Amino acid sequence: MASVNFTNVCVDYPIYNSSARSLKKRLMQVATGGQLGSDAQGHVIVRAIDHLTLKLGDGDRLGLVGHNGSGKSTLLRVLAGVYAPSAGTAAIRGEIGSLIGISLSIDVEATGRENIYLRGSLLGMTNGEITRHLEDIIDFSGLGEFIDMPLRTYSTGIHLRLAFAVSTTVRPQILLMDEWLSVGDEHFRQKAESRMAELLRATSILVIASHSKKLVLDTCNRALWLEHGRVRLDGSAEDVCAAYFG
Amino acid sequence: MGVMIGTMGAVFGQLFRSSLDDYLPFLAAGIILWGFISTVISEGCLGFISAEAVIKQLPIPLFVHILRLVWRNVLILGHNIVILPIVFVFFGRPLSILALAALPGATVLIANLCWIALILAIISARYRDLPQVVASVLQVFFYLTPIVWMPSALPSDSGRYILELNPAYHLLEIVRAPLLGQVPTMLNWGVSIALLVVGWTGAALLFGRYKTRVAYWL
Repeated sequence: MASVNFTNVCVDYPIYNSSARSLKKRLMQVATGGQLGSDAQGHVIVRAIDHLTLKLGDGDRLGLVGHNGSGKSTLLRVLAGVYAPSAGTAAIRGEIGSLIGISLSIDVEATGRENIYLRGSLLGMTNGEITRHLEDIIDFSGLGEFIDMPLRTYSTGIHLRLAFAVSTTVRPQILLMDEWLSVGDEHFRQKAESRMAELLRATSILVIASHSKKLVLDTCNRALWLEHGRVRLDGSAEDVCAAYFG
Repeated sequence: MGVMIGTMGAVFGQLFRSSLDDYLPFLAAGIILWGFISTVISEGCLGFISAEAVIKQLPIPLFVHILRLVWRNVLILGHNIVILPIVFVFFGRPLSILALAALPGATVLIANLCWIALILAIISARYRDLPQVVASVLQVFFYLTPIVWMPSALPSDSGRYILELNPAYHLLEIVRAPLLGQVPTMLNWGVSIALLVVGWTGAALLFGRYKTRVAYWL
């Protein structure tokens, strides 16, 4: 039973200029009663999400559409628990998994095997779980005995295949994605597609940000059109796509 | 690090006219431990800044990033500390059983470094000039703390204040003294434990207040 319940969520990014980043200048301001250097107060705030209310339950496949900078990625980060809302409440029940930045924190000097553990731990798996899935991951990535070579010896494609294999091993209840994951050559792509389909079946809520009409129509049963951090339209995937993509 | 201890030992041993038998083990232990302390503190400032990519993508408890850097440096310390037995053997000094008492001392030292790194990581994420400030302060403490000079070289009355008012001295001493076969004073332990309690209370308050803001500052 997974659910997402956002009520009037706002996200404000503070944008600091270099003097607002300085502890020395800050202390000077305190010492001089805020008179000196008050012009350097570089507090600009950008509201990335503006009073967003959203309810998701089991079986929801939500597509996020909108122009660049409309708040799609920020919303995904709030869902992931990275940003706490500046106002409003964000209640999330269920385990969250993110397929954003799948090659994050990979150490090129370490071997493929070590990187599976590193990446797996970041995704919240225990050592035991990783060890159980280890053979499966190595097998799926098709690395064979290269798994014990340092990652810098891999090609970019192989690198991504390994990252994909590890990242899709987790089975979260709520899955977050930024565009569809597609890696490798033709042969691998087919394997990857079936793995993604299996992953989707196992998750109860999917939230995917996309610029592709086909993707939203194919995978989602609901869509949200964001504009300047506000909801422009919330409805079925067909309705929103028709309105947004024209 | 071994080369550095060797050359510093040769020069400063002459300067302070202390016998190398005493001075070099003292210097070796001091340099190795100070290397550990200062690296944890200066890397602590970058604890969140360098983990920016992960922090902005995955909701991993923030303290994990601090623990990662502390643990990495503990492993490096484990490699550097082997210089010490070599120095001991070279000068024919027995390593007494008392050296084991360095372990609880090291635990308290590491626990103290954890809160220092946590506080510095939080403030550095917001104020990016802090790492430079900390680097200068560490330099000052390197000279203020008996690492290259022995406490016995100080005049007895004024010297006491230089030592006893310096928290870094007490933290260093609870590990170094047992390694050199001495017993740390009650004051060394008292100050170290007090720092632990006060520091962690402050760090917990600061962290509780600002942990949701760190992702925004990065």
